[in-house]
Amino acid sequence: METLNAIDKKLLYKVAGLHEIPQGAYNIRKNGQSAGRNTTANIDIVTKEDRPGINVIIRPGTKNESVHIPVILSQEMNDLVYNTFEVGENADVVIVAGCGVHNPGSRRAEHDGVHEFFVRRGARMKYVEKHYGEGDGSGERVLNPTTIIEIEEGGTAELEMSQIRGIDSAKRDTRVRLHRGAKLIVSERLLTYQEQFAESNITVELLEEASTAQIISRSVAQDKSRQIFHLNMRGYAECRGHIQCDSIIMHDAQVSSIPEITAFHSDAQLIHEAAIGKIASEQLVKLMCLGLTEKEAEETILQGFLA
Amino acid sequence: MLRLDRVSVTAEDGGVAVPILKDVSLTLEDKKIYVMTGPNGGGKSTLAKTVMGIYKPSSGTITLDGRDITDMSITERARLGIGYAFQTPPRFKGIKVRDYLKLAAGPDSRADYCSLLYDVGLCAQDYADRDINASFSGGELKRIEIASILARELKVALFDEPEAGIDLWSFQRLTETFRALNEKTDATIIIISHQERILRLADQVILVSGGTIEEITTQEKFLGELSKTDDACRCRIGCLREGPVNGNAQCDR
Ligand SMILES: Nc1ncnc2c1ncn2[C@@H]1O[C@H](COP(=O)(O)OP(=O)(O)OP(=O)(O)O)[C@@H](O)[C@H]1O
Ligand SMILES: [Mg+2]
Repeated sequence: METLNAIDKKLLYKVAGLHEIPQGAYNIRKNGQSAGRNTTANIDIVTKEDRPGINVIIRPGTKNESVHIPVILSQEMNDLVYNTFEVGENADVVIVAGCGVHNPGSRRAEHDGVHEFFVRRGARMKYVEKHYGEGDGSGERVLNPTTIIEIEEGGTAELEMSQIRGIDSAKRDTRVRLHRGAKLIVSERLLTYQEQFAESNITVELLEEASTAQIISRSVAQDKSRQIFHLNMRGYAECRGHIQCDSIIMHDAQVSSIPEITAFHSDAQLIHEAAIGKIASEQLVKLMCLGLTEKEAEETILQGFLA
Repeated sequence: MLRLDRVSVTAEDGGVAVPILKDVSLTLEDKKIYVMTGPNGGGKSTLAKTVMGIYKPSSGTITLDGRDITDMSITERARLGIGYAFQTPPRFKGIKVRDYLKLAAGPDSRADYCSLLYDVGLCAQDYADRDINASFSGGELKRIEIASILARELKVALFDEPEAGIDLWSFQRLTETFRALNEKTDATIIIISHQERILRLADQVILVSGGTIEEITTQEKFLGELSKTDDACRCRIGCLREGPVNGNAQCDR
């Protein structure tokens, strides 16, 4: 992997937890170009012909395999990519995506990714997506990911999405459709500071009976940053959905949490809980009573909250 | 040795200063168990929080082993070895019991979270990896709070109604835990409690009422007087039938 320098490797570590070349299937995209790919007997990765991006095809019944598809941006540019994932029947896989941006310049570095997933009958997919930004320049670091998921009968998708550092502007769109007995678990973690802006729209459609969805979204807004959450759940059959949206607000930040639940069926059970508030002073005091400074107490509370 | 010398605490209530503790003086020695009791709203928790530094006295001084700590922050007092188990402990989303107890014990402590949990009657396997969030029952939360104090090496250990919410079956274990702490360390132990079984641990009983120390006495004397008040007590609606409250009372007070 000669094409990856020290900065690339750090970004790779931040978004994919990788120190070196990953095990199993992977595709590394760097500044709009492919910088390494590996396929396995069960997982194929092919370049799309009509537009930038890849197709990841996971054979039915594939178990205990993973796919890493990190994207790194280490220069100012506007990168747009469409990726499609086919998770075959009864497969059980982990897909690790993520985007690390190091913007050294004064112009914008932007990555817009559209990820589309087909989780076939009885398949399980865990999807982990991390966003991370850094860079000495004044150029903005922008990420606008779109995630579209179709979960077929008896399938499960578990999504872990986090953005903890360094992204100036993010607009995340997630749309999930669930069929009979399908299951969705989403955990979202977001921290913004300075003048950053982040918006997360998640729309979940529970189309058929016995489908369930749970979304746990936690965020911390610091300094003058702004966050908007629009979590929308729609139940069309006997189904259960639960949204928990919890934000800690600090300094001069601003957070909007816009809940929307709609039932089209009398056996749809949908719950939305949303809360925005400061760190409870009782919590700070308790940790200070254990010998932590106020700053340490604050960090401990935030770290736990976003864990 | 912990000393309070003419300590007063006031609270702001709509711009008016309301006295809560009035000229409290106390000397508490090492390796002794003090049980503080008295009517609700008497000022017990306020007194404990003032020792911890959560409330600042409006006048008076507090010293620990001769050192004036009146103006020290909570953190500084904690690092000197003062600990306070809350009456109603807060919950923490995302902080695991294991990590919380490690935090309480401090970086170089040898305290082990399994035996700490055992001391408060919780099985480490079931609890160590759980978040201290809303899923905890009131009694479980109190036990973890007590464990967070036991984890530390303290000169002054304050427990605010540790028995509240602890079930009957675990009560014995709790009193043994306090006894063991008393045997193993030189800490000044101050337990706020309304329970006779806790009172029986006391070297001295401190009766706090109306923001002052009404009496410092022995448990024998205190419990003796308590049974007298029982005998002489009248029910609230003023009927004249008499008898011990927990015995064969003739009206339902
Ligand atoms: N911050 C505050 N502002 C106003 N009043 C307060 C404040 N804190 C305590 N008080 C009042 O001071 C009095 C003493 O309260 P404290 O909590 O110390 O009582 P306590 O003896 O611990 O009672 P309990 O047995 O019910 O726990 C109460 O009347 C309470 O309402
Ligand atoms: Mg109290």
